[in-house]
Amino acid sequence: MAHFVKKAFSDIRSNRFLNLITIITIALSILVVSIFLLFFENSSRIIESWNQGGRAMVYLVDNFTLDMLPELKTRMKALGDIDEMVYISKEEAFDKLKNEMSSQTTFLKNLKENPLPDALEIRMKSYNSFDEIQQFAEKIKALEMVDDVEYGQGWLGKFLNIFNLFKITGYAMCSMFFLIALFITSNTVRLAFYSRKLEVEIMRLVGASESFIKAPFYVAGLFQGFFGGLLGLLVLLATYLMISSGISQNLASYIYIDIRFLSVKMILLIIMASTFLGWFGCYLSLKQILK
Amino acid sequence: MNDIDTKNSIIRLFNVSKRYKGKFALENISLDIEQGEFIFISGPSGAGKSTLLKVLYLAEKVSEGQILIDGMNLARISSARLPFLRRRFGMVFQDFKLIPTRTVFENVALVLEAAGEKPSFIRKKVMQVLRTTGMEKKAKYYPPTLSGGEQQRVAVARAVVGDPSIILADEPTGSLDTKSAQAILDFLMEYNKRGATVLVASHNLHLLESSVRGRNIEIKNGRIERTAKML
Repeated sequence: MAHFVKKAFSDIRSNRFLNLITIITIALSILVVSIFLLFFENSSRIIESWNQGGRAMVYLVDNFTLDMLPELKTRMKALGDIDEMVYISKEEAFDKLKNEMSSQTTFLKNLKENPLPDALEIRMKSYNSFDEIQQFAEKIKALEMVDDVEYGQGWLGKFLNIFNLFKITGYAMCSMFFLIALFITSNTVRLAFYSRKLEVEIMRLVGASESFIKAPFYVAGLFQGFFGGLLGLLVLLATYLMISSGISQNLASYIYIDIRFLSVKMILLIIMASTFLGWFGCYLSLKQILK
Repeated sequence: MNDIDTKNSIIRLFNVSKRYKGKFALENISLDIEQGEFIFISGPSGAGKSTLLKVLYLAEKVSEGQILIDGMNLARISSARLPFLRRRFGMVFQDFKLIPTRTVFENVALVLEAAGEKPSFIRKKVMQVLRTTGMEKKAKYYPPTLSGGEQQRVAVARAVVGDPSIILADEPTGSLDTKSAQAILDFLMEYNKRGATVLVASHNLHLLESSVRGRNIEIKNGRIERTAKML
């Protein structure tokens, strides 16, 4: 193994420019993919926080009475995995509203009757998507004691549609950059192979096996993929640090945006994917050349 | 066929023919070569000498006939087993076939690396062989910086470093001056004395005269014209 690594590094040294171009291409592709992933990770988290982690407000019918509550709770629990269920009576809700709108209390005092309905604030134990909450909310809404369910389906739903469109564009862009990086990597291997044609011919004559001949190319491919991925992520990190410090300096007083860098799991996944990319480019190229 | 006892034959050819676009490069060659023999394959350019060597190390496949190397039928060797066959051979070429981007040491070491030998053994063995061929002091040189004679000595070192049972030399002295050519031939004869079977293909008659023992197989138009023992 040490021999192959040594050989791969000496090949990289002798074809410095070509290898540098490949590493930069992989880095650029990884950078584009990582930007999308960073955006998606943060957007998902922000959307989640907007949705308050699977919360929904169940508004009850006018003729709802407290003795109906146990039955309602049992039926709702039977519909799904509910973590928390807090009953808010119309009086409690009205008091809360008065506290929150202290400057408008005169207007509230003038109301002849409490316009607010009784409600149940629920939180789902686990959910994977907005669709899941939506489906659950529909089931609750079908109960006769329930008037309406509010879970941010209006603007949040519309935002999610745009977000999903973005996601599809992101996937398409990522696939395109992946293919470009794959093409460049396999071409680098091809050029390296042709520049060493005599060497490969001699190796075969002296009894080298095909795996002995191919191994340094694979090691170089893995190296290019790994360092390309690392470089792409480092550029992303530097950009992230610059942008996030700029946001906190200029926008922090207006809006609260908590942009986080990619998770460790995602970073490892990206590095593994780029290393695989290097290997796969090499595999495709050698398969074609040596067939 | 010939009068050699086939019990010790390391190379056997049965009615071997090789055709390129319908034209015979080798035609109906049958031959037994004993272990430890020194074979000189002579004949004019284009007679089929190089083709004969090529079919032995499977650089070319025969069109007809069978070849046995140490009992192995070449027609039945899979591509995965081919490297193992080639490790039985040491090969020397007129154009040396050295890797220009690798040092003399690395060129010779390649054979042992490909065979999966340990680095400590490789170092020891390569330096020993380079000492024998007089190239020890140039171990760190790159082939293009060496003379033709020196490059061929490196090629011989590479051919013998794996202790092959058969050494094939295709016009090994073709591009060398008389002194260098004689030195290369002497090396090959030395390894033959140590037990290796050596096949040298050359049109150089002077070289033939200086060979003191062995068998000369003269080829013309792809056929064996004459076989003679050299004293």
